[in-house]
Amino acid sequence: MRWRETCGIAVVIVLCAFASGAQAQSLYGIGRPATAAEIAGWNIDIGRDGSNLPKGSGSVSHGREVFALQCASCHGDKGEGGLGDRLVGGQGTIATPKPIRTVGSYWPYAPTLFDYIRRAMPQNAPQSLSDEEVYAVSAYILNLNGLVGADATLDAKSLAAVKMPNRDRFVGDARPDVKQ
Amino acid sequence: MSRTFDADDKSAGTTRRRFLRGSAAVAGGTVLGAGASVAAGADNLPPNIPEWMKAPGEPTGGQPYGVPSPFEKGVVKNISKTLKQYISASSRTPLQELDGIITPNGLFYERHHGGVPTIDPAQHRLMLHGLVERPLIFTMDDLRRFPSESRVHFLECSGNPGYSKPYGRTASDLVGLVSCAEWTGVSLKLVLQEAGLKPDAKWVVAEGADAAALTRSIPIEKCLEDAMLVYSQNGERLRPQQGYPLRLFLPGFEGNMSVKWLRRLHVAAEPVYSREETSKYTDLLPDGTAREFSFYMEAKSIITRPSGGQRLNAPGFHEITGIAWSGHGKIARVEVSTDEGKSWQSAQLQEPVLTRALTRFRLPWRWDGKPAVIQSRAIDETGYVQPTLSELLAVRGENYFYHNNAIWPWRIAADGEVTNALA
Repeated sequence: MRWRETCGIAVVIVLCAFASGAQAQSLYGIGRPATAAEIAGWNIDIGRDGSNLPKGSGSVSHGREVFALQCASCHGDKGEGGLGDRLVGGQGTIATPKPIRTVGSYWPYAPTLFDYIRRAMPQNAPQSLSDEEVYAVSAYILNLNGLVGADATLDAKSLAAVKMPNRDRFVGDARPDVKQ
Repeated sequence: MSRTFDADDKSAGTTRRRFLRGSAAVAGGTVLGAGASVAAGADNLPPNIPEWMKAPGEPTGGQPYGVPSPFEKGVVKNISKTLKQYISASSRTPLQELDGIITPNGLFYERHHGGVPTIDPAQHRLMLHGLVERPLIFTMDDLRRFPSESRVHFLECSGNPGYSKPYGRTASDLVGLVSCAEWTGVSLKLVLQEAGLKPDAKWVVAEGADAAALTRSIPIEKCLEDAMLVYSQNGERLRPQQGYPLRLFLPGFEGNMSVKWLRRLHVAAEPVYSREETSKYTDLLPDGTAREFSFYMEAKSIITRPSGGQRLNAPGFHEITGIAWSGHGKIARVEVSTDEGKSWQSAQLQEPVLTRALTRFRLPWRWDGKPAVIQSRAIDETGYVQPTLSELLAVRGENYFYHNNAIWPWRIAADGEVTNALA
């Protein structure tokens, strides 16, 4: 997925599609080609390896300011939760009878934080934060969880490099799991 | 949720007030059995001529879009009044009030993650891109030009219900996040073929045009098997709550994956590992590991009559009826016990028995007036048998949360009151 890391790659995808489109004909001829610019504008999917993360960066300290303004009313001043999910703490509780599932204790991949904040947060105005603000809030939440330092600034590369504590605890679907 | 009537509603005039007087004794619960409708006022009963025969009724066309009788106004979605917020929330189908297998569109369960958007279909687009030969954009008119198909399938939220107490009082409280409809749209396979899949296309990431831009990854095998792009439900266009103007539909998979307000399909080599398939919709086991990509809804059933919140008013004949379903295919058999699980007998299945659809079952029963526990268990065409709650808890623990397909027994007291036997 590394090859999809930059925005410009979308142009290549479309050019390839046009080149090979002549060989494989569509059956119904319904729909029109999507342009590279249209795809780049809508494709906000971030891979678990950080693929498709945008340019730019954000610091923990900037994230603290953005969080106070945009997030704290639902998630608490320190991400302790409220109307919205708790975001901080719980490490070491996941295998106990009272697991506390947060970004720090449960989420397997740090780039997902960028993906989710950008597409869905804040709940009253999703997709309103700049990429820099999303990087900054991601950095602040990771800092609150002790996963990056207070002086950290995260960009595409450093966000993808954050190893989440619970990453290796996900397994496949073993159902049916009740002996019959 | 129980059948209740609002005594302040004056819209139905004297007929309604008489009915209310007559039904005052049953307020708070549906009473099942003979004699339940004995009214104080007998003006409309034999040998008298009912008042609604003595004058013409409402003129035709008074309701450009029809609504149920005012006497059915208590049959509504089951919506909790104590949620922290209602933007990411759910409402339940009143299963115990319904017959057959088709859920009326207005009573279909809802689960939204960013509220219900109002989308102008003329301005809605579906983008198909990624590992395809021809990235395409479709209008709604485009999608309706493809060959269409209609199929009946259930849709069920994966958390229906959780594993820990308190357990619900009614069938709707317990498993009201399941509904069933006839869906019309185009096979996703046709649309993917139109764009041309590249050899390394293994997953399709679907995204909604809601304020959550909800995103789930679907294995390509499912996309090419029976997935649909749906624009109509039970003969009319999708309701906004069900994804108007376009939704993905994945028969038998957890409801969250049938992405509503569908705007984008991103064909990829691996899942996107979105928040909705990592932080949520994963199944935490007691050892701290969590199952991911657990898609199928396993076989399940529930008795809807008699069920929690209802009351048998007299010993004698009562039909036991309910619904069964399986994400793995058709229901092969439903067994019912009326003696606390000591013995089981096969219920009659109402035709048609359709794959990945609700199936109605029935068993004639004579209640002897003594306390009883009744329950049903579904067996699907793979031979899988619906488990008990304790069997599930033994394997999964209370923190598993999703995919609870346990048997839910009902306790019938000597006075006919029906309650959740596990609560």
